[in-house]
Amino acid sequence: MQQNQSNTKITIQDVNLWYGEAQALKGISLDVSEKRVTAFIGPSGCGKSTLLRCMNRMNDRIPGCRVEGDILLEGQDIYASGVDVVQLRSQIGMVFQKPNPFPKSIYDNIAYAPRIHGMADKGSGMDELVETALRKASLWDEVKDKLQQPGTALSGGQQQRLCIARTIAVKPDIILMDEPCSALDPIATAKIEELIDELKNDFTIVIVTHNMQQAARVSDFTAFFYMGELIEFGDTGNLFTQPSNKRTEDYITGRFG
Amino acid sequence: MPQHTMKRFDEELDQLKDHILSMGGLVERAIRNAVKCTLEQDEELALKTIERDKAINAMEVQCDDLTRNILVRRQPAASDLRFIIACIKVITDIERMGDLAAGIAEGMLRTRKSPPKTYSNLEAMGEKTERQVRCALDAFSAGDINLAMKVIEKDKKVDELYKSMYREELTYMMEDPRAISSGIIMSNMAKNLERIADHATNVAEMVIYMIRGHDIRHVDHEAVAELLKSDD
Repeated sequence: MQQNQSNTKITIQDVNLWYGEAQALKGISLDVSEKRVTAFIGPSGCGKSTLLRCMNRMNDRIPGCRVEGDILLEGQDIYASGVDVVQLRSQIGMVFQKPNPFPKSIYDNIAYAPRIHGMADKGSGMDELVETALRKASLWDEVKDKLQQPGTALSGGQQQRLCIARTIAVKPDIILMDEPCSALDPIATAKIEELIDELKNDFTIVIVTHNMQQAARVSDFTAFFYMGELIEFGDTGNLFTQPSNKRTEDYITGRFG
Repeated sequence: MPQHTMKRFDEELDQLKDHILSMGGLVERAIRNAVKCTLEQDEELALKTIERDKAINAMEVQCDDLTRNILVRRQPAASDLRFIIACIKVITDIERMGDLAAGIAEGMLRTRKSPPKTYSNLEAMGEKTERQVRCALDAFSAGDINLAMKVIEKDKKVDELYKSMYREELTYMMEDPRAISSGIIMSNMAKNLERIADHATNVAEMVIYMIRGHDIRHVDHEAVAELLKSDD
């Protein structure tokens, strides 16, 4: 399934995945467009988070997990032998359901990864990098006077934006978001959604969400998964007004099960 | 189609549809009575028809209220969203039809002093128009796109009747200046019927949108037929 409006950033080709004997993904093929927001929706257990986690090889750590098929980042197979997974994950960042800042200062939450990757030395270079990341995550104005306070002291919504800033700090191409707003109140959610809208100028974003209205609000393309299969993938506006598949229709109109 | 997990949502959609169809029923009767009171010079029926338009207006407000509630509480998507969009438009069309029917009854009251010598095509036009409205509402009720397409195609028959009646009235008026007053009123009645049929066409077009998702307004009939065929 091709999306022509933008360059393809990630190509997923006939991906199958097993957790032990249980097949969680069945022949998934889709293209993720560059600097666009792609949303994955579907009921619990449909495989949307599993597919998201394939995209930066987070499933490698799960015992008994086996992946077949190809996931290509700009044409390069991310599952090829010799791929540096740490490097890959700096290129494809991830934001999780619950904000999980390090038990460190706000400043160090951002500076930690760039320091490891040797992206900036201590001092003004690092200060600038931290400020840029916090600004891009729309958090700078709220935290600029308390950078040395612990990140865990922030509110839930601020913590999530701190995690997004932390992801941005290593200058990834792609940000994967696994239900980034499910632990947040509506105002914090709106701020994250506004942030997603800004971030897509610089990054390719893939977001898994249980909230269909959120998918409709923030994404350019939506993929609907059910029981490990990709049922429908297309322009978000079309999918929510005129889905072509009956199961998509039933799911988004609340006629499921 | 299976029911919504939230049953109250189904009830709300059914209630909205029932309201719209009842409103449509009142309009069908208004059209019939508007023409009848003219043909039979029945002043009482004309007054009743005008008075009953208030009930149609009140139903419009009720229907809009139901629609607003569904939008804000259910945030409908896909076929539900298309149904709601169709309802919003159809409600307006039906209310306009009611106004136009009341306008015909008002015209009848103005012809009391010098009733027209002939009613030309008014009876046939009234019957055709009422049938168009009934078929459009049936198509809306059943989601029947074939019936909707028939309504759209048959609109030109009503247009033709209007044109011929207008020409006829014009001839009477040129022949005899005393016929001008009733001639103008009769032409306006015919114009109202023609516009009611146009609203019936609008309803039929929204049925196509509601069922298939195609916006066929301002698209020629053959292209629409091709489009619908390519869906199947």
